[in-house]
Amino acid sequence: MTTGSERSDADTTQIRDSLLAVVRVLVPVFLALFVGALILLSFGKDPLTYYGYVISRGLFSPSGLEATITRIAPLLLIAAGLIVAFRAGIWNLGVDGQFLLASVVTAALAPVLMDSMPRGLTIVTCFAVSTAVAAAWSLLPAFLKVRYGINEIITTLMMSFLGISLSNVLVKIAFNDPSTTVPQTATLPVDERLPRLFDTTIHSGVLIALVALLLVHLMMTRTAFGLKLQVVGANPRAAVHTGLAVGKLTYATFAISAGLAGLAGSVEILGVWGTMRADWNPAYGLLVIPLVFLARFHGAATIGFVLFFAVLMIGGESASRRLGVPQYYVLVLVSLLLIFFALVEYLDQRWRKQARA
Amino acid sequence: MNTGSTDPAAAATAAHSGGGEGFVELRGITKRFPGVLANDDISLDFRPGEIHVLLGENGAGKSTLIGILAGMQQPDAGEIRVRGASVRIGSPRESLELGIGTVFQHVLLVQSLTVLENLMLGGAWWRRIDRDAALKRFRELSELLALEISPDALVGRLSLGQQQQVEIVRALWRGEGVLVLDEPTSMLTPEGVRELGQVMVRLRDEGVAIVFITHKLQEAYAFGDRISVLRLGKLVGSIDKERLSGMDEQAVTDEVIRLMFGSTEGHDQDAETLSGLGHRRPHLSAERQAEEPCLNLRAVSTQGDVGECPLQDVSFSLFPGEILGIAGVDGNGQKHLAEAVAGQRLAAQGEIFLEGAKIERLGVPDRRKLGIRYITDERLGEGTVGAFSVAHNVVMKEIGQPPLWRHGISLWDRIFAHARGQIREHDVRTPSERTPIGRLSGGNIQKVLLARELADDLVGEAKVVVFNKPTYGLDLQSTRFARDRIRRGAESGLATILISTELDELIELSDRIAVMFQGRLAGIVENGEGVEREIGLLMTGAAAA
Repeated sequence: MTTGSERSDADTTQIRDSLLAVVRVLVPVFLALFVGALILLSFGKDPLTYYGYVISRGLFSPSGLEATITRIAPLLLIAAGLIVAFRAGIWNLGVDGQFLLASVVTAALAPVLMDSMPRGLTIVTCFAVSTAVAAAWSLLPAFLKVRYGINEIITTLMMSFLGISLSNVLVKIAFNDPSTTVPQTATLPVDERLPRLFDTTIHSGVLIALVALLLVHLMMTRTAFGLKLQVVGANPRAAVHTGLAVGKLTYATFAISAGLAGLAGSVEILGVWGTMRADWNPAYGLLVIPLVFLARFHGAATIGFVLFFAVLMIGGESASRRLGVPQYYVLVLVSLLLIFFALVEYLDQRWRKQARA
Repeated sequence: MNTGSTDPAAAATAAHSGGGEGFVELRGITKRFPGVLANDDISLDFRPGEIHVLLGENGAGKSTLIGILAGMQQPDAGEIRVRGASVRIGSPRESLELGIGTVFQHVLLVQSLTVLENLMLGGAWWRRIDRDAALKRFRELSELLALEISPDALVGRLSLGQQQQVEIVRALWRGEGVLVLDEPTSMLTPEGVRELGQVMVRLRDEGVAIVFITHKLQEAYAFGDRISVLRLGKLVGSIDKERLSGMDEQAVTDEVIRLMFGSTEGHDQDAETLSGLGHRRPHLSAERQAEEPCLNLRAVSTQGDVGECPLQDVSFSLFPGEILGIAGVDGNGQKHLAEAVAGQRLAAQGEIFLEGAKIERLGVPDRRKLGIRYITDERLGEGTVGAFSVAHNVVMKEIGQPPLWRHGISLWDRIFAHARGQIREHDVRTPSERTPIGRLSGGNIQKVLLARELADDLVGEAKVVVFNKPTYGLDLQSTRFARDRIRRGAESGLATILISTELDELIELSDRIAVMFQGRLAGIVENGEGVEREIGLLMTGAAAA
């Protein structure tokens, strides 16, 4: 009898814990939307109309849903790379430079290769080269960190600015298509791009992104390599003590993280745009970083946050045209979300401490 | 004060119902932490002109009591009276202003500032620094303590003993009321301990109330005018001045052990561990020592970062089944020695041989396969990843190796099963193999490390083991366990390097004792009668030349 009641006690605790976990996510979301509504009101906009419009356009209209899912692809790939890096304790904040350089390389390479190769091979080659280029762009920060212990937050950010500028230069000078008025690379015909799924505008890059995220998850949880990365991330001195090759692992982490960001750029070009215009910089990297933090570097939670954010982005883009709420308002919501998550986290910790005392 | 009473608090209160003879009086101090009653209704008096020794093993509540006196923690219940007036000590500054000066176990001075600059820190920020007044006060206290330290010397250049003297000066800076010394001898040479004793006696004779915290019985007897024993947060008894003066060392030892453990029977081992009278090992026979050495270091030097003491030209041989003790004041190159042998730090110069084969270029995993193991003193700093499970930490040096990994894939079922086996075999007290190791006690974390390093079911047989301060911060039971493990390992033929700052421990376990001083081996002596003196001389560098 006692064991029975103990078990039901344990069950109740478990249910309560998972309920609390859900509450911890929902409360900040609700608070962010609420404060966001106050801001909208102060601008004379009706928040309910805005939120309703964002959700209906981002989630409940067929074209909006397709756009949302399409948008997820690069975000998830970037997130997958960031999860690897952050878990290994490496703060690769130079994702945008890596993303754009890979985009340029893909946009320049694909139309050329297309003439001599079948589509599949063209796509795979573009993926491989762009991934390698992005990884190479992270080589210098990796070297500086391994050799001299220089903080990669600063070096990757600096390399990112350089990468963004360099990709612009490449579009304008090296790969400019003279037949267009604005500087941009030669356009890849739609039927040479990534195959689409069923009868939608969603391209197969979404599947690639989901597979990449799954592989990253399996790598971190099921392989020796992933475990080594986590040891380096959780306690670098323990990694040295146990004799891990910290230098090699650091290079590998930079390469994987930057490579996935590069793949994101390649997928976005081959799946959506078919060309790269000069000065194009969606700055996905800086948007995804807080989402990966919110998801605590966890793959499944990342998918949820990325989806939520993609809905806001797509719906927000429509709403900015229709309702005159600037698109940047979406960023305001994300920052509110971050603030309230931190706040709830802080209060939760305090309550737990008090409960234990 | 009544001794051995079942209700010491009541006894204390009864004895002092008149009140007011202590400079500081604690009445019924109680402090709870989550899951622990750190101080349970403790009543004590600290009187002027008396050295009051607080004895107790780790976790007895000494540090909590000091924290309360120093204003770093607030008691949940009880009263503190200073000069007869009830006070609340809300901050370290208030504590100092009440005339309570505390010297903590580890030096808390700014190494890059001079002695006088350190002493002038902590004044109100809006006030001008008055160097002349500070110098005058420093001279006063120097004279009182009979110190010979230049006020303009950089603290980083002073020996640890001198730094501690500066801390004592700082503790007395605002007035000579109560001086609290928290385990002050743990980082001193025998000579340093003697000097500290002289300083304490001088201060006592000037009428300062001294609170001397230690877990060493000999020191309690040598310096104490009054001894109080704490156990599991309770004051379990005291020996007052009159009784103490009439007892010899053996009687005091018996009495204290009786207080600490409830009775003398059944706790002999604890007593031995505490009093440093544990059974010495029979020494290694001469013919054994004539065997081929297991490990050879030839003129090994390392390079250190800022603030580290690198090895300089260290050579020695280590034989199978031998325990080589490494003595020396902390920070004289012991850590580099351990790391150089383990492969964690490559030697800049010199050669290392394991059973005749050169190994100085190999890293940790290769040396581990060859049989070199290292139990680090920084159990949570580098030995483990605190947030990871016990199981993770048990296999942390085998990541990627069969049979727990196949082609780089983690076989978690096997890993957890292996961890459960190790937990059982090494008696690790943990709720589960999935509990984060950071939640375990120091003793249990040490057991996990011992399991990981001494195991030979996953990786080849262990041949050379380096223990760096294996019992640091452990309670008596865990200390004894770790020492037994070291002894048994040597009996089974392991060549052992035992780095320790506890002389008792080295004398109890070692065959030979090497002394490190400023990165060099100052000398190696055979363990035996009178070895303390030789070691003491070597530790200060006196015999190095």
